[in-house]
Amino acid sequence: MTLSQPTPVDLIPSVSKDPWWQNENIKAAGLFALSLGLFLLFWEIGARAGWFVKGVPTATETIKELWWWVTNPFYNNGPNDLGIGWNLLISLRRVAIGYILASLVAVPVGILIGMSPVAYKAFNPYVQLLKPVSPLAWLPLGLYLLRDSEKTGIFIIFISSIWPTLINTTFGVANVNQDYLDVANTLGSSRLRTIWKVIIPAALPNIVSGLRISMGIAWLVIVAAEMLLGTGLGYFIWNEWNNLSIANILVAIFIIGLVGLLLDNLFAALEKFVAFGRNS
Amino acid sequence: MRTAPVNSYLSADAPSDTAQLSIRNVSKVFPGKRGLINKISGKTSRDFVATQDINLEIEPNTFVSIIGPSGCGKSTLLNMIAGLSSISGGEILLNGQPITGPGPDRGMVFQNYALMPWMTVEENLRFAIETVQPKLSVKQRDRIIKEHIQLVGLVGAEKKHPHELSGGMRQRVGIARALVIDPQILLMDEPFGALDALTRGFLQDEVERIWEQKRKTVIMITHSIEEALLLSDRIVMMTRGPAARIDEILEVPFPRPRNRETIEQHPLYHELKAEMESHLYRETRAVEEARIRK
Repeated sequence: MTLSQPTPVDLIPSVSKDPWWQNENIKAAGLFALSLGLFLLFWEIGARAGWFVKGVPTATETIKELWWWVTNPFYNNGPNDLGIGWNLLISLRRVAIGYILASLVAVPVGILIGMSPVAYKAFNPYVQLLKPVSPLAWLPLGLYLLRDSEKTGIFIIFISSIWPTLINTTFGVANVNQDYLDVANTLGSSRLRTIWKVIIPAALPNIVSGLRISMGIAWLVIVAAEMLLGTGLGYFIWNEWNNLSIANILVAIFIIGLVGLLLDNLFAALEKFVAFGRNS
Repeated sequence: MRTAPVNSYLSADAPSDTAQLSIRNVSKVFPGKRGLINKISGKTSRDFVATQDINLEIEPNTFVSIIGPSGCGKSTLLNMIAGLSSISGGEILLNGQPITGPGPDRGMVFQNYALMPWMTVEENLRFAIETVQPKLSVKQRDRIIKEHIQLVGLVGAEKKHPHELSGGMRQRVGIARALVIDPQILLMDEPFGALDALTRGFLQDEVERIWEQKRKTVIMITHSIEEALLLSDRIVMMTRGPAARIDEILEVPFPRPRNRETIEQHPLYHELKAEMESHLYRETRAVEEARIRK
């Protein structure tokens, strides 16, 4: 909105009389920039003055490192000196395979379980028991069963990202608004048509939020799992720890956070797309 | 006590050969919890008789309203006609055939619209007609959909999703969806209950107009006396539950087409209205008293 033009909007005091710096978003952005600046300043001074333990890099060093890694993402000098872009792609590939497999199992199974109260009660104990298990607890089992670190990584992503999607899909399908089902019934809709045209779209907001939680978990888990597997972002951190390069560890943390944020936003947008005015 | 009924029958509506829909000795019992597990956990409950011995004959092309205090089983009765709720005793005949389940010969309008939020106005109608008449050509289907969107006055909103529409517009879609399958009977469960007073009046006029065009048999549940008088040929007044039954059936003789200004001039209007008011007042007071005594 332009402020110079005397439009009728000026007649509404609460809308037009606030100066631009009173805008909530601008205030928030200002506070964000200020706090970030103060933090970096504190870090820089602290690291130079030796307030922290020995070896903590300064903020400028870390930012320089970050810039170097971001501008040279794809180089390959063997498994222990791999560009961060390659490591990121390796991690994303593992997550994608494990996560897509998990979704392909969790969504159909969730739909089947959700439609039958008996199946729901019968299979709920498995889900409730396995859901709280730490994904890393599966690692030795995966290594023993699959005898392959790559497959084990995918297996762990699969087993840990299956539960939220399964639970949310089941919940969504079991709680489809009875009115929608009544509409389908009064029209004489076949069971298959009702599932396809009514139950699945009605449960879609729940399914997508399940997929979103699963994606978050998969991204959390891959880093931990890769520390023990070799290659990938998790291994990158482990390797830099062995090199005692704290700056590179910080760079990796930042990149992992950023990618996680992007993935989450992608699913948030998808959630909005399937909501149609429903708030899930 | 009955105070000078205008045109009333006892609860037993005499069986008729010409009736399109016959409700005969229909009752609905919701079974209580008396199983072994319930007995052990001490959570038993008795059977609940919602409606008892309902008799009603509905002739073709009549508009019938069912009115009664809250919780009298009006919706249960309508759901039994729709086939969504099982019948515990007696039978409901549609063209002489007993109703065993839901079917597209009965179109249903829901109180809270029950539109699919992920479908546009057009898609909601298309879902209905595709389900009922899958063999129809796309061209014919499109024509029927267009006709019904015009009928309810929603031209221009075809591509909108329900959350972009007002309550009144949503219920127009609900009515169009019920009519698009060309049912023999239209069932309406408090269709205007969720609307504000002005929208409500506007939509009642619209239903009156549409009814003049289509002349379908309609069974409507309502709480509103004025609504029932404006739209109906017959008004069925039910007693309070449990074991609700039909107390009285009023014939509404006003000439059609009606509008709310002219029907009030009719000599019988105020008599009918007073009759319904006293019935509803009596039943509602009894419901309230029973609630206090519990």
